Amino acid sequence: MSNLPEELKYAETHEWAREDGTGNIIVGITDHAQESLGDLVFVELPEVGDEVEAGSAIAVVESVKAASDIYAPVSGEIIAINELLEDEPQLINSGPYDEGWLFEIQPSNISELEDLMSAAEYQTSIEE
Amino acid sequence: MTLRTPLYDSHISLGAKMVDFAGWEMPVTYGSQVEEHHSVRRNAGVFDVSHMGVVDLEGTQAQAFLRFLLANDVSKLDKPGKALYSCLLNEQGGILDDLIVYFIDPNRYRVVVNAATREKDLAWMARYASRFDVAVSPRKDLAMLAVQGPLAIEKVQPVLEPSYAETVSKLPRFCSAARAEWFIARTGYTGEDGLEIILPSNEIVDLWNQILAQGVTPVGLGARDTLRLEAGMSLYGADMDETTTPFESGLGWTVALDSSRDFLGKDALVEQRQRGVTQKMVGLLLEGRGVLRHNQRVLSPNGESLGRVTSGSFSPTLQRSIALARIDKSLEGDCCKVEIRDKQILAKIVKYPFVKGGIANI
Repeated sequence: MSNLPEELKYAETHEWAREDGTGNIIVGITDHAQESLGDLVFVELPEVGDEVEAGSAIAVVESVKAASDIYAPVSGEIIAINELLEDEPQLINSGPYDEGWLFEIQPSNISELEDLMSAAEYQTSIEE
Repeated sequence: MTLRTPLYDSHISLGAKMVDFAGWEMPVTYGSQVEEHHSVRRNAGVFDVSHMGVVDLEGTQAQAFLRFLLANDVSKLDKPGKALYSCLLNEQGGILDDLIVYFIDPNRYRVVVNAATREKDLAWMARYASRFDVAVSPRKDLAMLAVQGPLAIEKVQPVLEPSYAETVSKLPRFCSAARAEWFIARTGYTGEDGLEIILPSNEIVDLWNQILAQGVTPVGLGARDTLRLEAGMSLYGADMDETTTPFESGLGWTVALDSSRDFLGKDALVEQRQRGVTQKMVGLLLEGRGVLRHNQRVLSPNGESLGRVTSGSFSPTLQRSIALARIDKSLEGDCCKVEIRDKQILAKIVKYPFVKGGIANI
């Protein structure tokens, strides 16, 4: 059973989103996603300043096995990316909810966060 | 219906992630594919390869049949026990499968074929076997393990009966030794030293457990793929198939064309050699960031299409992305580009194997 922090919001496409306390949204992939992908070896992140739309593919993570698109869970502007991942993509495997975060978005419409799933809803969706 | 090997329950109890492979439910990894890869390069790993097809050929014309059936020439096998790698071709010279044939005695050969092509191969063999005094027997009663790595042979010794262990320890590379229903060959698909062990299905769980008890790491199909790619070994269905000939697949060395021997596909190969081969297999080393994958386009430095990646992945040994690619023979120099998503990334053309004896060979 994979680890699913209660306080996060989840997308069907296996991203998590966390409001950082100042209204910005930190995004990563779930423990379930990193476990399914296996050893991560490459990450392609958006650039700081990019305008992104909820549901659009804006990053790629690749494991030894396969490449997987990462979708923006909310619309807004990219204000930070996890630069450590360029040299250490395996941080996503070791800490998907903390050191393995991907990028941070300043949302243009914070209510989009409410469209995402709770931990329990996500758990149900991956069990199906 | 999915097929399961006799080790299915063992894989589940080890926590393996199972995937469908050619209709078989097989372990892709038991945890970390990269760690499994390293354990084969540095120590020893064991693979369940019971999905592969073992086919015995027996009869006074077993050799004549194989000399007609295969692109490589089994008459090169001058001593019982020796093994030969060969392609099985259709009449157009396209590759139906790649396989290993073992010479057991003048009336008996054993062939090991890919799981995905097993039924096709058997049908193909049946089509021509009737012309020869040979019986083709698929051995569904047998199962198969591969133990690979620099310490593989040493780790297998203690689990074998002492006199058989002695024989196995002295096996030259690409040779086999049988003992009753057991059959052990010093062959493999990782680029490392090691053994492939064929034995009755009902004995494999016991052997598996004994080998694990020697400190050998269980390794899934995921690492099997990165190991063989680093070793520059072809994967049927990715690097070659019925639409490509051995000459276009980096396998010209396995074709024995220069004798009066007739074999299936020979006319087409002779014609292709006269006409000239236009494509070749090369190794690629990605210079920029990203991961090479099957079917990505390979371009010349000025952007002309040259061909495609046939197998690509991240190399755990080299810590960068490598690939095999089929490209236009006309390219000069060692510089090219690969289209990864919407970007063109620089790559270098290199000779493979990428890894030899556990270390970088580039």
